[in-house]
Amino acid sequence: MFTEYIFFFLSVLALYSAVMVLASKKPIHSVLFLTLTFFAIAGHYVLLNAQFLAVVHVIVYAGAIMVLFLFTVMLLNLNNDERSPKPVWAKTMVSIASGMLLLVLIGIFRTYDIKSAADPTLTQIGLVKNLGQILFHEFLLPFEISSVLFLTAMVGAVLLGKKEQI
Amino acid sequence: MASVPIHYYLFFCSVLFCIGVLGVLIKRNVLIILMSIELMINSINLLLAAFSAYTNDPAGQIFVFFIMVVAAAEVAIGLAIVVLIYRTTHSLDIDVLNKLKW
Repeated sequence: MFTEYIFFFLSVLALYSAVMVLASKKPIHSVLFLTLTFFAIAGHYVLLNAQFLAVVHVIVYAGAIMVLFLFTVMLLNLNNDERSPKPVWAKTMVSIASGMLLLVLIGIFRTYDIKSAADPTLTQIGLVKNLGQILFHEFLLPFEISSVLFLTAMVGAVLLGKKEQI
Repeated sequence: MASVPIHYYLFFCSVLFCIGVLGVLIKRNVLIILMSIELMINSINLLLAAFSAYTNDPAGQIFVFFIMVVAAAEVAIGLAIVVLIYRTTHSLDIDVLNKLKW
């Protein structure tokens, strides 16, 4: 019962701030609401007993990605709203389209039934020790390749950000 | 110990994903579109973690970890491209970038 209350609180917080990301006029407010969404989702990970993911999520999203977005918004000095928002008919059509997508998704998931439901509050798989064992045994090669991916991304970002043409 | 049914996670992640889709379609600012893509990635991540916890399979959480890695690289490159677009066109309007259309 207590878990459900926390779940509903975090869900409402995440959905409200996700809507406010789109509704707020200034991009910097959007970034701050996005950070609030990330923290709510980190709370969801804690609720699922996935501590490792919660910590990584806070470090990566609420730390690195939020700083990147904030730096870009402040560097480009675009604290003004959109000059030419889309026409009303386009907004209506788009809202109807994504509402239809939501209806289809809910219609699919409504009848879904999981076969062997384990209790997520009792599982120990989300702990750092167990995930580290699996990450460094079964998934060692993808882990190493992802470090190469990060190096490539870093070199690419530096190369793109250089002032003079290459 | 009664826990939350998996359906709640399914519905919540569907709504979050649809908000992300709506943001990509409705907005013209490239930065807000990138943020909406982050919202969609996050909803998928949460659903993967939920299924991993409910079926007692740790591979799902490892996948979430790798998706986070790729998302971080994507944001770094994407924001570098956004800065480059702003330098050349002096605007972040997505409709300015229609040279490749038709």
